[in-house]
Amino acid sequence: MVSEEEYFQALSGRIGEENLRKLKASTIGVAGLGGLGSNIALLLARSGVGRLVIVDCDTVELSNIHRQNYALEYVGMKKTDAMADQIKEINPWCKVEAHNVRITKDNASIFSDCDVVCEAFDDAEQKVMLIEALSAMGKRIVSGNGMAGNGPANEIVTKKVGNDIYLCGDGRSDVRSEGSLMPSRVAVCAAHQANAAIRIILGLEP
Amino acid sequence: MELKVNGEMRITDISSLYDLITDMGLEPTRVAAELNGNIVPRAEFKNTVLKNGDSLEIVNFVGGG
Repeated sequence: MVSEEEYFQALSGRIGEENLRKLKASTIGVAGLGGLGSNIALLLARSGVGRLVIVDCDTVELSNIHRQNYALEYVGMKKTDAMADQIKEINPWCKVEAHNVRITKDNASIFSDCDVVCEAFDDAEQKVMLIEALSAMGKRIVSGNGMAGNGPANEIVTKKVGNDIYLCGDGRSDVRSEGSLMPSRVAVCAAHQANAAIRIILGLEP
Repeated sequence: MELKVNGEMRITDISSLYDLITDMGLEPTRVAAELNGNIVPRAEFKNTVLKNGDSLEIVNFVGGG
C-alpha cells in the first residue's frame, strides 16, 4: 500500500506543488453522478481535490455502464456508494461527502460549503433549477449543456456567462432530438467541466 | 427600446422577460436568464419588465448528461 506522502509526492510531480496545495484545500460539489458527474468526480479526485460533495438518488443500471464511469460490478448499487468506493480506490485521501437524495431548490444547501459546484444532471429543467438555487447562494457553477449525438468534439466549448456561471457543451444537442449519448462526447463535456472547476480553484478564472 | 441580448443589440417593443424568451422561440421552463448580471428565477419571468439599455443573457438548456 502506497503511503500518503508517496501518493502526493507523485501527484505533485505531475500537477505542480502550488496547484496541488490549492486543490487539496478545496471542496467541490458534483450534482448528479451520471455520464457527466461520474467522470467529473473521478477527474477531480485524480487531480487531488481535498473534498468532494457528491449527490445522486439513482442506482447504477446496466444501461449506464457504456458512458458512465462505473464497472459492471456496481450495477444495482447506489451511485453515491459506487462512486465513493471508486474514489477511495483512486485517491483514498479525498474526503467524500455523499448524499443519496434528489436535489431540489429546498435542499441545495447541501452544497453550501463548496467552492464551486459542477451541475451534471440529465434533465434541462433540473439544470435550470439548480443554477437558480446556487446562484441565489452566490456559488460558482459549472454546468453541462449539450453533449448528445455524434457531433465533432470541437463543438464542445466552455463559455462564461455573467460572473459565476460556466457553461460547457455545444449548447444545442438535446438527447431527445439526437437520440443518443456517445461515451466519448459525454466524456469530453465532463472533462471541460472538471477543467473549468479546477481553473476556478487555481485562481485562473477571476 | 434597445436591449443587449446574448451580446447582440436588439430593438424591440416586448416588455416582459417571459415574452422575450417565447419570442426567441424558447421554452421558458428550460431557460436560465441573467438580467444585468443577476439570475432571474423562472417564476419571475412574467413579472420582470424590461427597460431600455438592459443587458440579458438568455441560456437555453438541453437534456443529456
